[in-house]
Amino acid sequence: MYSDRRSREFYILAIFFAVFVLFLYGPLSAIVILSFQGPNGGLTFPLNGVSLRWFANLFETQAVGDFGGSFRRSLALGIMVMAVTVLFSLLAGLAFRRRFIGASALFYLSVASLVVPSIIVSLGIGVVFQQFGLQPAWYSSGFGAHLTWTLPFGVLIMFAVFNRFSPSYEEAARDLGATSWQTFRHVVLPMIAPSLIGVGLFGFTLSYDEFARTLMTAGTYNTLPLEIYGMTTNVTTPVLYALGTVTTVFSFLVIAATLGLIVLLNRSRSKG
Amino acid sequence: MTTVRFLGIGEPKPKRSIRLPLWLVSYVQAMPLTLVLGAFLLLPLIMIITVSFWDYDFAQMYPDFVTFNYTETLGSWVTWKIYYNTLRYAFLVWAITLFIGFWVAYFLAFHIRTSAMQMVLFLVCTVPFLTSNIIRMISWIPVLGRNGLINTALINSGAVSEPVEWLLYSDFAVVLAMVHLYTLFMVTPIFNTLMRIDKSLVEAARDAGASSWQVLTNVILPLAKPGMAIGTIFVVTLVMADFSTVQVMSGGQSASVALMMKNQMSLLQYPAAAANAVVLLVLVLLMVAGILRIVDIRKEL
Repeated sequence: MYSDRRSREFYILAIFFAVFVLFLYGPLSAIVILSFQGPNGGLTFPLNGVSLRWFANLFETQAVGDFGGSFRRSLALGIMVMAVTVLFSLLAGLAFRRRFIGASALFYLSVASLVVPSIIVSLGIGVVFQQFGLQPAWYSSGFGAHLTWTLPFGVLIMFAVFNRFSPSYEEAARDLGATSWQTFRHVVLPMIAPSLIGVGLFGFTLSYDEFARTLMTAGTYNTLPLEIYGMTTNVTTPVLYALGTVTTVFSFLVIAATLGLIVLLNRSRSKG
Repeated sequence: MTTVRFLGIGEPKPKRSIRLPLWLVSYVQAMPLTLVLGAFLLLPLIMIITVSFWDYDFAQMYPDFVTFNYTETLGSWVTWKIYYNTLRYAFLVWAITLFIGFWVAYFLAFHIRTSAMQMVLFLVCTVPFLTSNIIRMISWIPVLGRNGLINTALINSGAVSEPVEWLLYSDFAVVLAMVHLYTLFMVTPIFNTLMRIDKSLVEAARDAGASSWQVLTNVILPLAKPGMAIGTIFVVTLVMADFSTVQVMSGGQSASVALMMKNQMSLLQYPAAAANAVVLLVLVLLMVAGILRIVDIRKEL
């Protein structure tokens, strides 16, 4: 349609898009550069020499915070949330393919879970645990709090996937004599696998970076985002940027690995 | 579909001994989601509503039925100012993200020729949103600060003699950071609806003599409305719930409802925070319900 010519509109929008991308990545690159700040440098430009001082600082014992521990907790929590999000959203997605009593209510409850301000969820879970005499911890109350954020995303994605999913593949499988489990395992699952991996990526990264919901629910031990949030008020050295660079690089690696996996899956499927 | 070939050559499956009646399957499948949302969303919300009527002192809450948590917060002009401030942030961020979101999505959907390139550029937009919000927030500090990149550039170019103070720790910084954090939530739903527009509609409009601008305003914009509505839900609720961006980027000079709640929580004034939570929740749900009247989410997914 537009393929025959590049209009002036195209160039204006292309520039707009480029500025938008610069807006997204520009500040991020600023802190990556500043994390290599020299030993005497401060929180802003110019660079006062170049060093790995602040990265080394991350691995030393700190007056504030415990990065190793909080990173391990965030990682474990992210993986737990990812696994549960993938499984529960898949099940819910399958359930929504048929009519059942309460389907609408459950759907709108999921939507509500997205729109209820995260700090309210955090406060509510904190108070519930307090009133029931339970000790909040990142793996119990924090885990549940994260699920209220990742599950609705997963459910909406699965909802969209199954909306576009033609039942004729399953009918064909059934006609060929497959049991319902075989139909699911060999027909449905391979087709939705890339979406499931996407849901997993969402589950992991949303949990790994979440902190408003963890605020009242983490208990004694901080997760990494809480640690970083605490640092923003009381750390005045570029170690903050070094930590930011490390976690951002980690996120990028996770995203790249996941996308690689999806591409690989799609390729092997199309080779069939 | 090549996957079908796997059938029959797979290992024989042992017959399952238990068969669920078909009508029950959906309930079993929906159960885990229901339980999680029931325990970690519904129950906490009920608890907050209950606690908002409780009495409290510096150490504890006492089950009671008092309304002063509401009258205290709603009777104070500070609260109203903070609500006004929060709504103002929500409106500004909404308007800006809607503008950016629409044009970015429109560019991706209608001006990029190959779907591979579309996916790549869309991912370029998505990746930063999968990294830490706090890191992305503080990354503005070395850019906007007194000795930051922009001020240094302005002074070196001779445009100003003194550093511009309102760049950081101001409403400007708060709105800028929020736009930075939340634009994707607008881009994605709009992109999704634009991709579903039948291209032959656009061609038909062109054949009928419509200019690019007319195609945009008479065909594409009306069809993009559901995506805009969903994006609006995301952005508005995220801004209304935000406390960290306001705290960090305003340097403590501005407040939002959620930040007020957070401060009450750190003072262990849970019933007061709960009363604020109920008011905020009602406000947010009313806004969302209003938007949902325009769009049926289930159809748009």
